[in-house]
This record gives sequence, C-alpha cells and structure tokens, in this order.
Amino acid sequence: MKITQISIFLENRKGRLYDVCSLLGTNHVNIRALTIAETESFGVLRIVVDKSDLAIQLLRDHHFVANFTDVVAIEVPDQPGGLASILKILADNDVNVEYMYGFVEKFSDKALLVMRFEDTEFAQQVLAKNNIRIVAEKDIEGL
Amino acid sequence: MATPFWNKEIETAERSRLEQLQRERLRTTIGWALRTPFYRKKLAQVGIKAPDDIRSLEDLQRIPYTTKDDLRLSFPRGLLAVEMKEVLRVHSSSGTTGIPTVIYFARDDVDNWTDLLARSIVATGATDSDIFQNMMTYGMFTGGLGLHYGAERVGMTVIPIGGGNTKRQIQTMKDFQTTVVHITPSYLLHIHSRLGEDGIERRDLALRKAFIGAEPHSENTRRKLQDLLGIDAYNSYGLSELNGPGVAFECVCKKDMHVWEDAYIAEIIDPKTGEVLQDGAQGELVLTNLVRRATPILRYRTRDLAFLHPEGCDCGRTHRRLSRILGRTDDMLIINGVNVFPSQIEEKIMKIPEVATNYQIHVDKKGSLDRLTVKVEIYPKLFLGEVARLEALKHRIVEELRASIVITPGVELHEPGALPVFEGKAKRVVDERPKD
Repeated sequence: MKITQISIFLENRKGRLYDVCSLLGTNHVNIRALTIAETESFGVLRIVVDKSDLAIQLLRDHHFVANFTDVVAIEVPDQPGGLASILKILADNDVNVEYMYGFVEKFSDKALLVMRFEDTEFAQQVLAKNNIRIVAEKDIEGL
Repeated sequence: MATPFWNKEIETAERSRLEQLQRERLRTTIGWALRTPFYRKKLAQVGIKAPDDIRSLEDLQRIPYTTKDDLRLSFPRGLLAVEMKEVLRVHSSSGTTGIPTVIYFARDDVDNWTDLLARSIVATGATDSDIFQNMMTYGMFTGGLGLHYGAERVGMTVIPIGGGNTKRQIQTMKDFQTTVVHITPSYLLHIHSRLGEDGIERRDLALRKAFIGAEPHSENTRRKLQDLLGIDAYNSYGLSELNGPGVAFECVCKKDMHVWEDAYIAEIIDPKTGEVLQDGAQGELVLTNLVRRATPILRYRTRDLAFLHPEGCDCGRTHRRLSRILGRTDDMLIINGVNVFPSQIEEKIMKIPEVATNYQIHVDKKGSLDRLTVKVEIYPKLFLGEVARLEALKHRIVEELRASIVITPGVELHEPGALPVFEGKAKRVVDERPKD
C-alpha cells in the first residue's frame, strides 16, 4: 500500500512555489501533505496529493522538473511518545527512514505521517506485522 | 620631478638608434625562429628562409601574425628554439580548451626579462631602499616571479608573499613596513576595505607605491586607489606569451606605459582587416619579442585593444607609450586578475550529463572583488527527487571548473527554461561589473 509522492525541483526564484501550488489549485488537485527540502540555492518540494495522476500530467505539461517516488503513509498515535514507539519498532527491525513529514488532516484521532524508506517493501512488512495502519492511495483521494 | 633611469642610454636613445637596434634584433630573432618547426614552416610560406630575407623594419609586415591558437597547436615543443638542456625556466598560461600555452626561457632570456623589470621598477622612482611585497601569484603564472627577479636586481628588499590571505598581507605590510606592493587593482581595493579590522590602520603602514596590473582598469580606479591609500599607483602591462610583466610600464609621469622598444616591436592593427594603423589610432596590439632566444614569437596578436601615443614623454624616455587596455577583441574575462575564457567553462559543464544545454556565466562585484557565478539548467530526466544528489552535482561542477579555470566559481542550478534562450548567437556572459 504505497502511495505516490511527487518531488519537484524548485530553483531559488521568487514565486516559484506559488507557481506549483496555483497550477495544482486551479486544476482542483488538493495537497494533502508537503515538505520542502531547501539549500541555499535551490529547493525540492515534496507533496502527496489527492489526484496524483492528474498532478503528474499537469506538472509535465508545464515543464516542471518533477519525479515520482513511492512512500508509505502510516497512522501514528497523536500523543507523547507516539512517534517514538513506531520508530523503535522500525529501528529494532533495521528499517532505515530517509525522511518523513506530516499530513495536514487525519482520519481518526491518530496523526498521519509520510515516511520514505530505503527499502519500502520490507518496511511495509514490518509495519503490517506490528499492526501499524498503512494508508492506501484511495484513502487519500477521499480525504 | 626627478627622472630616474636604470639604463639611461637605451631608455633615452634617439628613435633612429632604437630602430636600428630593432632591425638588428629582429634579424637575430628571425634566425632563432627559423630553428622552430612552427616558424620554419610559417616563414617559408612567405619566402623568408634566412635572417637576411628581412632587410628593414618594414619587412616585418611580410611576416604573418601569430595567434594564441598557434601557440596551443605548437604545444609542447613546436616553438622551442633551443635544446631543452639550455632552458632555464618554463612558464605557462592556462589554455582556452584545456591545452596550455608554454614559454621557455634560456638563461639570457631570464636575464633580459629581469633587466626590463628592473628598468620598469626604477622608472617609477622606486629604489634599492624600498621594501617590496609581491602580492602576485607565484608559480607558472609570470606575474610573481617576473617582478620578484626585477626587484632583486634593483636591490629592493623583497617579500615573496604571493597572492591571497588578506589578513596576513596586512600584518606583513605592517611588520616589515612595506613601501611598495605589486598587486591587482581589485585586490588592492579589497585590502583597503579590510584595513582596521585587526587594529592595523593606514597610519601603521609605510606604503607609498603600488604596481598595479594583470587586469584592465580605468584612470578612475587608479585615482581612487591613490586617494584612498595616499599612494602613487603605476600601471603595468604584460602577457605571459611575451615574457609577462615588463612589456610596458608607467614612469613617474604616470601618463601611460612605455613599451620597452629595444625588447619588443609594438604594432597596432585593425583587428578585422589586419592592416597596420598609425600611432594614435585604436586597434589590437601586436607584439614581437626581440630578446628571447628560447621561444621567439613574431607579431603576436594580443587581443588587447589599445593605442600608442604618438608624442614623447616628459620623463625623456623615447620609447613610445601604450594606452590603458581599452577592451578585448575576444570574449576573455579577467576575474580578479585571472584570465578566463567562456569556452573553458562550457567545455567542462557540457561534459556533465545532468546539465542541460543552456547555461549562463554571470560576473559581478562583491565588495571590490570580482565574483563569477555559473548558472546551469539541470536535465529533467536525471532528477530523482533527492537533495543530496543535487548538492553533489553542484559540488562536482564547482570542482570541475576550479580544476580548469583555477578560480572557484559559484554554481547555481536552475530549472530547464529558466535561463534566457537565444535565437542565433547566444549571449552566455552577463558582466555586471561597474565600468566606472
């Protein structure tokens, strides 16, 4: 139950982030989660959206430098130590997290997190074995 | 104003005497040149097979021009006129496409060059009592060692500190009470801006003269330096192909630079037609060296635009004066005294697969120093969404360029289509340095 994350290269230019968001917005693509990795001279915007196929098409048509990766979205207890408990399971099983970030909304009282793993398949097995809920693509479309 | 001389007889010789010297030395130089594979072929094409085929200075015009490309294509030994055993030193400048140009010096060549620099130094009024801090880069570049030898011959106290490390330069100027420096104008401005930082003020220094060269600058820049630091600044001209510094130097009058005409024949030509122009007319400077046995070079197209003053100088020297360098006939950039050709940059970045075809070379000033930034567009298919890979790419571009052009450029990554697109000839270089 992987979901699609879109990474977009953004050069250091005023309004460039706005260009992406407005392109998606005017075409009714909703951003569900996002993070920006930035350096002094450029940034990489990472997003999870409700209609990823449409978003990919739009970005391509408008010549953005974009790439698509599999990530896993999981539910995390929204309480102190909630995230730590999950990271412990991952660490105990030698699963390496490359980066992670939070969703805007949630389904239940639990927080939603996007995680990018070195080995996505293996990470999913570990998560499933430990009864951690993995969110499916269709769940996000319905958010 | 006192008019000091190093070799008064030569420096004030009648024009007829100078021209006689030039004629004799040109014939000798032709003899040397005929020992090189390059000139043997080139001169044979115009019917020059022996020194006697040159009878007058006018005959010089029969000789075809020599270009930077000729030197590159002759690398490494096509212009060597003596046995390697006789070569005392090798100097080199970076090539435009990775192939350097090389100049060999025999013992007498170093000696002659050193004498021209001693003459240049003395013409500015500097003496053996001066303490000379040589802030030009040493090594294969001719700027450092050339002045170093000249200053030693004059008997100055020489501090061979080389370029860079501003803090140490200022401390050294204070510690040894340096009176004369050799430096690029932009670096001297930078040094001035850093005075006072470590508690060393202008009044703690004994500086009174600067030899400024290796990059073109205006009269305004000279005045600014003189006013800011309360010194006399003298313009210096040279290029490694013709020895390096000491081709032309300003005297105490500071009204442009005497070309040492017993050692060089200077011509100004129309860069488009190749026609030789009259004194006073602006064009491309062409130089022939007359006292370099190991690598004789005839009618070298310097690509520098200038003119020769037709009238004499108040100092009494009869050697004609060369104007400031007014521009270039090619696209060479001078970044903090270092020559950079856009083609060197293009060659490197186009070898990197992640870089798309459009790029831009941007030059501006940060404080008083030049700043070079290379802007490239990334190739979309090789973007994998990872920041680390992009950073590594940027780092790789910086390193590749640094190895080629010697200076460390800034590198910016851009999206495809972000840089201006040109129809026809692209304008790759944006130079925003003020022209004062």
